[in-house]
Amino acid sequence: MKIKVGAFLGGLVFGIGLAVGGMTQPAKIVGFFDFAGNWDPSLGFVMAGALLVYTPIYRAVVKQWHRPIWAQSFSLPTRKDIDWRLISGSGLFGVGWGLAGYCPGPALTSVGARSHEALVFGAAMLVGVGAYQIFMRLREERTDAAEGQATPVTDG
Amino acid sequence: MDSFTPIASTLGGMLIGLAAAGLLMFHGRIAGISGIAGGIFRRQPGDVTWRIMFLAGLFMSGVLGSWFYPEAYRVGIDRSSLALIAAGLAVGVGTQLGSGCTSGHGVCGIGRLSKRSTVATASFMATAAITVFIVNEVLGGAV
Repeated sequence: MKIKVGAFLGGLVFGIGLAVGGMTQPAKIVGFFDFAGNWDPSLGFVMAGALLVYTPIYRAVVKQWHRPIWAQSFSLPTRKDIDWRLISGSGLFGVGWGLAGYCPGPALTSVGARSHEALVFGAAMLVGVGAYQIFMRLREERTDAAEGQATPVTDG
Repeated sequence: MDSFTPIASTLGGMLIGLAAAGLLMFHGRIAGISGIAGGIFRRQPGDVTWRIMFLAGLFMSGVLGSWFYPEAYRVGIDRSSLALIAAGLAVGVGTQLGSGCTSGHGVCGIGRLSKRSTVATASFMATAAITVFIVNEVLGGAV
């Protein structure tokens, strides 16, 4: 039960941070990339603020803690290879991000704020996420049955 | 530069970092929104509820935020439904193929000093900048 409440609070604070930082306004996202026009560096300050808090805590926790407070173990990304999926997938994500001014977090919290644009974007995003995951799961189940391979882990 | 908000954006970023650090400390997880959402479809036992609760909290922040400060959710750019759908599909598929988004790669990944996440962040920043340039300078700012 406490794990569920903790995750809920995490999402709540994350979403408040997005709104306070201006990241739920697509015009500010597009503005960050509008070097040729009216440049708005706000997104850079959001990322810097987040890294300022997260980086030292991450390093201390991973170095000194044996396990998280409410879970048996840490579930952290282990992959180190740089492959075409990472680069092309991220590139495709950037095209959509620049086009609509929404990335997944701000889109979801803006759906909660009853933004019509976020709802249209978010529905299409959900279709994209679901289609990819279901396709990959079916493919892995076929491969697993044939070779008994383990499934890959995501970075976040 | 009239809409630049350095103090609010730094504070908002710190809240995001705090939430991500909390998820790590309490649950041992990376706060990557696209990864959290994608994992729901993988339906691994005991690994679904916390994801739904995190996303529910994110959704609820918008419900509450729009009561107190609806201007925070103003779109401010001119986009057709077709453009929004195309963008949503690209973000949905792209983040799963690339194993992360702004939060998972851009904040948590760079925070972990991950080379993969740094490359991914450079990739999506570059294509976002090219897309915005084309939309604003070639297409006149509306799609």
